[in-house]
Amino acid sequence: MKNRIPVVLLACGSFNPITNMHLRLFEVARDHLHQTGMYQVIEGIISPVNDNYGKKDLVPSHHRVAMARLALQTSDWIRVDSWESEQTQWMETVKVLRHHQSQLLRSATRVEGPDSGKTPSDTAAAPELKLLCGADVLKTFQTPNLWKDSHIQEIVEKFGLVCVSRVGHDPKGYILGSPILCKYQHNIHLAREPVLNEMSATYVRRALGQGQSVKYLLPDSVIAYIKDHGLYVTDSSQKGRSIQKNKGKTS
Amino acid sequence: MEKPERTEVVLLACGSFNPITNMHLRLFELARDYMNSTGKYKVVKGIISPVGDAYKKKGLIPAHHRVIMAELATKTSGWVEVDTWESLQKEWVETVKVLRHHQEKLEARSCNQQQNSPVLEKPGRKRKWAEQRQNSTQKKLLEPNTKGVPQVKLLCGADLLESFGVPNLWKSEDIAHIVADHGLICVTRAGSDAQKLIYESDVLWRHRRNIHLVHEWVPNDISSTRIRRALRRGQSIRYLVPDLVQEYIEEHSLYSAESEDRNLGATLAPLQRNAAEAPS
Repeated sequence: MKNRIPVVLLACGSFNPITNMHLRLFEVARDHLHQTGMYQVIEGIISPVNDNYGKKDLVPSHHRVAMARLALQTSDWIRVDSWESEQTQWMETVKVLRHHQSQLLRSATRVEGPDSGKTPSDTAAAPELKLLCGADVLKTFQTPNLWKDSHIQEIVEKFGLVCVSRVGHDPKGYILGSPILCKYQHNIHLAREPVLNEMSATYVRRALGQGQSVKYLLPDSVIAYIKDHGLYVTDSSQKGRSIQKNKGKTS
Repeated sequence: MEKPERTEVVLLACGSFNPITNMHLRLFELARDYMNSTGKYKVVKGIISPVGDAYKKKGLIPAHHRVIMAELATKTSGWVEVDTWESLQKEWVETVKVLRHHQEKLEARSCNQQQNSPVLEKPGRKRKWAEQRQNSTQKKLLEPNTKGVPQVKLLCGADLLESFGVPNLWKSEDIAHIVADHGLICVTRAGSDAQKLIYESDVLWRHRRNIHLVHEWVPNDISSTRIRRALRRGQSIRYLVPDLVQEYIEEHSLYSAESEDRNLGATLAPLQRNAAEAPS
């Protein structure tokens, strides 16, 4: 693993609720980056979106953060970060990336002080922060008014994307269809989920609303939390936020 | 809440479970929700029955490992359990015989209970069941006079239904007995050919009311084949199988290129047996 570029993966989204598929994105992305021989993934961060995102059915962020935390109890490299959800308003994904980048730089300089048993090469390079997403996000880059072009450019130019696609999807097409993505495609890593499993949080919420089992779709600890707090029972949409409609609906 | 006239059902899943994945476990959850929602059935138990080593399938690792993994996977389930009877048999056992074994086991248990409980049915009903099995009809199964003894039904994915058409894999009388005497609960992808398969088979069509198709709206294809492939390539299988199963696989280095070559060139037990018995 010498001379590999350390990478931190950041996933932004609703996590409403977090499911095994979200967790798979991280596993698949890490495998992919390691197999390139160039990168060493050192951390994964899950950043649940702010309540003011205004998405239908979004349960309050403290629940979404708590569920993600429970789901990650057994992971030794992924953690949840509540900074985004604690801001007073919704913010663009690129700003979340900037925040975490500055955090990483700060801790990198901190380590450089007294040697904590690390080799110099480890401390010298601050890790690269990359945005982890499903292939569907690449597609949304083309939706008019959803993303600012300057933000897309900053994401792929300054940070980088790791995009996990499912069998039968063609993320290459989305890249070739966009001049910005084309220009920075060296910074876009396409990983493939080898196993077809299209279970989504939407499906999980619907099943929960209908009183059907969601066992094995999300960790048991998360299911227990949902039951304990009566989340996603029918009409949880009414409890969700309808405060404001954001122009940018990206997460 | 449950109406007393609901038929109690035990779901039996036969297969390699090499290894067990979250998809197998989901089959049980989907099938139970579906059966309970019909208002006619109440699923009381699920049984996972890993196939014996004599099945001779390529890449099949020893049964004791597969059984332990299934046990680890069902540790957190309140209603699904693992049964080792099939895996402990020296020779490969036809699925219909596994169904029969579990049905008889339940009947025997119910007979024993009757001695202690005055309310239940008369003695001698075991023989009645045996007769019923001989010339059972749909009608009898739809209105079972076996209140108190749950019906064992075979739980499967659409691939099992498709495999009915593979020459020599199944004896046609076994298929008939499975659907006539027990019943099939088949979890299928939306838009699958299951309905067509039933329509095109006379025996399946005749017993179509004993075949329950459960639609799985979200494709979930965490097949064991893919899990083994990922393991051979050093890819993560986390969140595709229960954590305890993943740990067990790692601890015992279960799946490798070598293990994939087990039974290489061997004939699958049902193919061998049925081809030998087939009328020329």
